[in-house]
Amino acid sequence: MDFLKDLWQFLRARKKWWLAPLIIVLLLIGVLLVLGGSSAIAPFIYTLF
Amino acid sequence: MTILGISAFYHDSAAAIIRDGEVLAAAQEERFTRKKHDPAFPTNAARFCLQFAGTSINDIDAIVFYDKPLLKFERLLETYYAYAPKGLQSFMMSMPVWLKEKLFLKKLIYESLDSIEKVDRKKVKLLFPEHHLSHAASAFYPSPYEKAAILTIDGVGEWATASICLGEGNKITNLKQMDFPHSLGLLYSAFTYFCGFKVNSGEYKLMGLAPYGNHGSPEVEKYVAIIKTKLIDLKEDGSVFLDQKYFNYATGLRMVYDNKWEELFGFPRRGGESMLEQKHCDLALAIQLVTEEAVIKMAKEAKRLTGADYLCMAGGVALNCVANGKLDDAKIFKQIFITPAAGDAGGALGAAYAANYIYYGNERKIDPTKMDALKGSYLGTDTNEQDIRMVASKYKGHFQHFADENELVEKVAGLIAGGNIIGWHQGRMEFGPRALGARSIIADVRNPEMQKKLNLKIKYREGFRPFAPIVLAEDVSDYFEHKDISPYMLIVKPVKKGRQIPYPANFNSKELLDKLYFLRSDMPAITHVDYSARLQTIHKETNERLWKLLQSFKSKTGYPVMVNTSFNVRGEPIVNTPEDSYRCFMRTDMDFLVVGNFIFDKTKQPEWLEKDDWKTEFTLD
Repeated sequence: MDFLKDLWQFLRARKKWWLAPLIIVLLLIGVLLVLGGSSAIAPFIYTLF
Repeated sequence: MTILGISAFYHDSAAAIIRDGEVLAAAQEERFTRKKHDPAFPTNAARFCLQFAGTSINDIDAIVFYDKPLLKFERLLETYYAYAPKGLQSFMMSMPVWLKEKLFLKKLIYESLDSIEKVDRKKVKLLFPEHHLSHAASAFYPSPYEKAAILTIDGVGEWATASICLGEGNKITNLKQMDFPHSLGLLYSAFTYFCGFKVNSGEYKLMGLAPYGNHGSPEVEKYVAIIKTKLIDLKEDGSVFLDQKYFNYATGLRMVYDNKWEELFGFPRRGGESMLEQKHCDLALAIQLVTEEAVIKMAKEAKRLTGADYLCMAGGVALNCVANGKLDDAKIFKQIFITPAAGDAGGALGAAYAANYIYYGNERKIDPTKMDALKGSYLGTDTNEQDIRMVASKYKGHFQHFADENELVEKVAGLIAGGNIIGWHQGRMEFGPRALGARSIIADVRNPEMQKKLNLKIKYREGFRPFAPIVLAEDVSDYFEHKDISPYMLIVKPVKKGRQIPYPANFNSKELLDKLYFLRSDMPAITHVDYSARLQTIHKETNERLWKLLQSFKSKTGYPVMVNTSFNVRGEPIVNTPEDSYRCFMRTDMDFLVVGNFIFDKTKQPEWLEKDDWKTEFTLD
């Protein structure tokens, strides 16, 4: 809940409402990815994420 | 008011604690966990900071994380959206990390700190300044300047990859910034990758390789032209726009498109540990020259925007001490202060400062008697006699104890003058990537074989890499083309002209190792192939024992200069405890270990029975 509150305040402060549907869709896809497997950081790239 | 700063989850996690604006302690997590660039939450470093400050976590006023996770998430999503469907692979890698951890950073931070002591969520505030503000704060607030321009340059934070700010009193105002995916730091990292070094740790190797490039040669000029016409658009204000068709980092899992770069430069990406050739050196020099040009242009823009007399710098690119030397020579500002932990570890300290001065609005006081407020960057764990005796007892180590500091210093100076290599573990550990004479290996600068011996028998690292000098601050201008202080080894300057030995006529046509073994000055161990040296001035104010050692060495040899390199082997974090030091000492060809008031002579130690191999314990960097 704390996270959803922060996310709401963030979108409001940044006025990036257009990101909301994108976030929802990406989060849904992301959830499937989390359920589907794990990750490893590649050694050939700057830690961008 | 006590504030704990934290940087974590990307690289070089760290913690720092300040009280009423004074930094008490700061340390990187890697020193405790012995994992180089450890990105894990800095539980050990935070515990050390709290213990050093003698405070309970529930008695501090705020915990401050060094960036804004949601803003970073926004950058990721907008990037994926803009490049879709190209970034699918990267998206599939990043989303689990974010959905499992990084989106719930508040919870993660509190829970991680709970392992030290249960945190009262209602009492202790949790704050998130922006990444580049943390960098800017880490440079400006401890600087000795009331007003200064601040330049931060790194790979990327949330969106910003570089910023120009004005620091005035306790305020920092952001005047201009450059955003992802355009980034000078990522450009340099792309070349680090293409030259076969590890991204995020091999950048300083690329910088060390550049002097082997042939200045003014057609090859270097060709590479510079390719970079400036194909890869980037370098603007007059120092902004760089990277043509994304050559770069893969925004959507993929490599820095560049290897095949496109091979077409551009005419040779493939170098495989790690494979032979370095002249073309790699020339390319390293080309990107170094472009980086220097961009940094100087950014600094000129900072001067134009702020009108300030002084400049403060932070961010990973501020660790490019060759560029810093050129910037100093350009005399755009009266003086430059570069914070010693300029990379992400320093963000922990900057975040704490930012909260103290910007969020809480506390008054900033500058002590005019001090060089800066960072105490020589000796902010880590201390050395105590009890720990040393325990290590000696555990390993049955033979030692000589000196009650008198002057006797100890005289003895060690004599050992160094006699050609011995010394592990020097004294006082509080350094904060930042450089060993500044608290956890250092030190040796004689006059010995022509010393660089080779240190690289191959002590550090086990690539033979081409240079070593840095420490010099008495009072004597710096007699040995180097530099008159100012350089307490954090963040500036490269030439060895004094009269001490340089001219190149032979065919120098440029020599192979890399032949260039290396040409005697370049009367201080061959620290003179790089282009006569440069990465200077550190030693001050009585911040490191009296090392200052005395240099005085003693000077009285014996006439030279107030010694080699100083970090106390570790390749891939190992710099030593932290006396036990780390003893183990490193026994596994290498170091001759003596001087830890606190104790001297351990290698020839008198029992046989090292631990058959551990540093190559398997530490991944090569």
